[in-house]
Amino acid sequence: MTPEVIEPGVKVRLPLVVNGERVETLVDGYKTLLEVLREDLQLTGTKHGCELGECGACAVLVDGEPTLSCLLLALECPGRDVVTVEGLVSDGRLHPLQDAFADLGAAQCGYCTPGILVTAKALLDREPHPTRERIREALSGNLCRCTGYLQIIEAVEAAAAATPRATRGQAR
Amino acid sequence: MSDGSLKVIGEPRRRVDGRAKVTGQTRFADDIVLPRMLHCKLLRSALPHARIVSVDTTKAEALDGVHLVLTGDAFPIAYGVLPVSHDEHALCRDKVRFVGDPVAAVIAVDEATASEATRLVHVEYEPLRTFAEPEDSLAHPEPRIHEYGDEGNIHKLVSLQFGDVDAALAAADHVFDDTFFFEGSTHLPIEQHAAVGLKDPDGKLVVYSSTQTPHYVHRALAKSLAMPAAHIRVIATPNGGGFGGKSDPFNHEIVVAKAALLLDRPVKICLTREEVFYCHRGRHPVLMRFRTGVRKDGTLAGVDLQTLLDGGAYGSYGVASTFYTGALQTVTYDIPRYRFRGCRVFTNKPPCGPKRGHGTPQARFGQEVQLDKIAERLDVDPADFRLRIVAPPDSLTANYLRIGTIALADCIHSVVRQSDWKNRFRKLPRGRGVGLACSSYLSGAGLPINWNDLPHSGVQLKLDRSGGVTAFSGATEIGQGSDDVLVACVAEVLGIDPFDVRAVTGDTDLTPVDLGSYSSRVTLMMGNAAVEAATRARDLIAGAVSRRLDVPPERLTFAERRVFDASNPSTGVSFQEAVCIAEAQFGTLGTTGSYTPPKPAAQFKGGGVGPSPTYSYTAAVVEVDVDPETGWIRVPRVWIAHDIGRALNPTLVRGQVEGSVYMGLGEALMEEQAFRRLPPRLSNALVHKFPSILEYKSPTTLDMPEIFTDLIEHPDAAGPFGAKEVGQGPLLPIMPAVANAVYDAVGVRIDEVPITPQKIVKALQAKAAGRDARYGPAAFPQIRWPEPLLVAPPWEGGDGRASNEPSRKKRKAEAGIEGTAGVRA
Repeated sequence: MTPEVIEPGVKVRLPLVVNGERVETLVDGYKTLLEVLREDLQLTGTKHGCELGECGACAVLVDGEPTLSCLLLALECPGRDVVTVEGLVSDGRLHPLQDAFADLGAAQCGYCTPGILVTAKALLDREPHPTRERIREALSGNLCRCTGYLQIIEAVEAAAAATPRATRGQAR
Repeated sequence: MSDGSLKVIGEPRRRVDGRAKVTGQTRFADDIVLPRMLHCKLLRSALPHARIVSVDTTKAEALDGVHLVLTGDAFPIAYGVLPVSHDEHALCRDKVRFVGDPVAAVIAVDEATASEATRLVHVEYEPLRTFAEPEDSLAHPEPRIHEYGDEGNIHKLVSLQFGDVDAALAAADHVFDDTFFFEGSTHLPIEQHAAVGLKDPDGKLVVYSSTQTPHYVHRALAKSLAMPAAHIRVIATPNGGGFGGKSDPFNHEIVVAKAALLLDRPVKICLTREEVFYCHRGRHPVLMRFRTGVRKDGTLAGVDLQTLLDGGAYGSYGVASTFYTGALQTVTYDIPRYRFRGCRVFTNKPPCGPKRGHGTPQARFGQEVQLDKIAERLDVDPADFRLRIVAPPDSLTANYLRIGTIALADCIHSVVRQSDWKNRFRKLPRGRGVGLACSSYLSGAGLPINWNDLPHSGVQLKLDRSGGVTAFSGATEIGQGSDDVLVACVAEVLGIDPFDVRAVTGDTDLTPVDLGSYSSRVTLMMGNAAVEAATRARDLIAGAVSRRLDVPPERLTFAERRVFDASNPSTGVSFQEAVCIAEAQFGTLGTTGSYTPPKPAAQFKGGGVGPSPTYSYTAAVVEVDVDPETGWIRVPRVWIAHDIGRALNPTLVRGQVEGSVYMGLGEALMEEQAFRRLPPRLSNALVHKFPSILEYKSPTTLDMPEIFTDLIEHPDAAGPFGAKEVGQGPLLPIMPAVANAVYDAVGVRIDEVPITPQKIVKALQAKAAGRDARYGPAAFPQIRWPEPLLVAPPWEGGDGRASNEPSRKKRKAEAGIEGTAGVRA
């Protein structure tokens, strides 16, 4: 679907599935997925801290995998399934991770939070009851300058505990 | 500490802005998108020190999509955060002073076009000598980086003496003389600074910015753009981390304001991460020398401290930073005689300013490591040694700082007990060690930056028949939870739920002035103002309800969203009904509260830095594992006890403590704002060694130790519900505790931060070779200090004035300032 040669200044049609909705947008070829999400689709919940793949603030899920959206050209993603922090709320209810983060002090300034939430969601989707070591590893690419990480790790554990052990795979 | 009468205060709660943060709906500055908005990029100097010969913007202006190119000509008026150092222009006019100094601004349809156009601006420079190190600036007064300052390239010299220190040291049984170095570090907020300027439909200026201090941005805009402040509205967006790095008024804020006024279109700028490293205003690198006299009984006879601060290219908060390196030593320990001499020099590097702990962590590091050395020499346990010298409560220090409550001894006991200190210190196998250190910090600066008699914080409440309460405050939410403190104080007094209160904050049009989210001042100052406003609202409502229910007002209780007779709870009305009764009786309801700190005891010049309504205290024990072969260092556990007065929301307080430990470990082990020269075949320019998050190392989840936090709650009368600060103090003991633990583990002293494996290995090699088992600076340079101001300590008959200083009135008359403005009712 991606054209072989992108003419400068010519926008390219990009279909995506974002937070479960099919969207189609015309994007500049040079734009990253981060820029398309924030600037073209007005999904400003996803943040940026470096735009060089160093801080993890821009993490989103692409086909379920935590991905640094600042390192991915939007045109590499035609038809792919993208989940951002805006997609965590369902039926007007917060995801258990969101409740736990809000209740347990895991979000201070809240800037790194969207990237950490989706990264933690990917972990819990795969491993509903991870050990503390697994949580630390999974979040080691997401920098947070406020919390010292401990309340974040505890919130992920609390969200995992809120997920019934019988429910495998999909987190609620 | 649970207090039966309190319903909101002291309970661990979800913060009021928690939902917004976890849903990504908190609107940060760069999330603002407005119709017709243009984008701004700055052209920054690639030379560290040069005269600007000419700037040619012709080609940039001709580029398709470019709307405006600005240069220093557009900004003739200087600004700066401190009145004594208005030394910045939004764009450089005559010269550039560091790599990163902005020279031109391009406003274009998008960022890509603006970036391209900046490359088309041609600047002709005449390079000047680069000052890379403080020693250069001391040795070479010319060329001057600035045409102001105490002399040559020395920005500020401070010299204060409280009692005859030389005599005290001469009479002491031991004198310890140690030199330490604390490397600079930067805040690294994950949010890059951003701002949006626009002209509102009335023609007034609006600036949204990720600033900790909208009030100071407001002042700087009014001055530098020569506009009435009343025609400028600054809205502080929630900050994606601040840590002091967003508390100066910044050039980019002024540039987008000017551009929006000229173009009558919104203009946005968001800095790149590299630009954030160059904006800096972070921790000053400080070289320091402590001479401390100790008596046989283990008490201190006197301390003589010298500090040398590398200020970088501008003043920023630097004069205050300089004083702070010497202000708080006496607040922690009983020091009967004290001399402090500080020197800040200009260099051609990004300006230094306030970072968490502002000026105090550097000298705290030196003092706490030296105390560890002293304890070892005296053969006493370092915890016991400190317990012997803890400053007394409700006292005046040698430098006239007024201590209120002090629970430092409790903090020390707590970490000693929790860490099993007595069975571990000097008893662990080689390679493992524990270290202890203490600290104190301000709960807000006692004096304002712009000296006046106005309140430091104001809160307004609006209540109406909906039963809803809106709290307006100029305080700025930077992640620390200031909105939560505001609503918690109001909700507690009015007996309603925090979520019943709407917080409107950080908006100079809508909210009363608060000086900003810095100096750990918000909880105490805004909290007190909020309690005052809420108490006035409660009194109004109680008066009205009292008449309606025929119950004396003093018997009315506000709780559970009701107002009722304490002795007969079934007689009462809902809070909403109570507000309606009051609104019917008094008309539209609104109350205000404000807070002004008590007058300081110090009457000497320079005594304005250090006073605070009350001080927080912290003690920490850090455990380290050090590989004696490689010097590799790991921190498995930290025990920390903090004298908080009262924890308003323990969940957030714990977060501040743990976040401070985290940031302290970063400074202790890895973070450095360091510089290098480009190769001569390039420009030889002095540049940041690694202006990227990848190379500027900071701790990750994998580096974090277990942290055991103990909150010591002895309510202090100065704080709202007894609360003291927590945002900065708990960082301070971490760096020296790590150094002391490394000594316990492998027997070498690392007298500087960061404490890296290389430095440990070098010290171990020195020890093996029979040399001093130490890594650190060799000597403190000779500085021509001015004659110190001589102030007798309180116990030597002093009254807080210097004996060799003209009176304040006389100084003002001599300086010819405020000659007519001093008439007051």
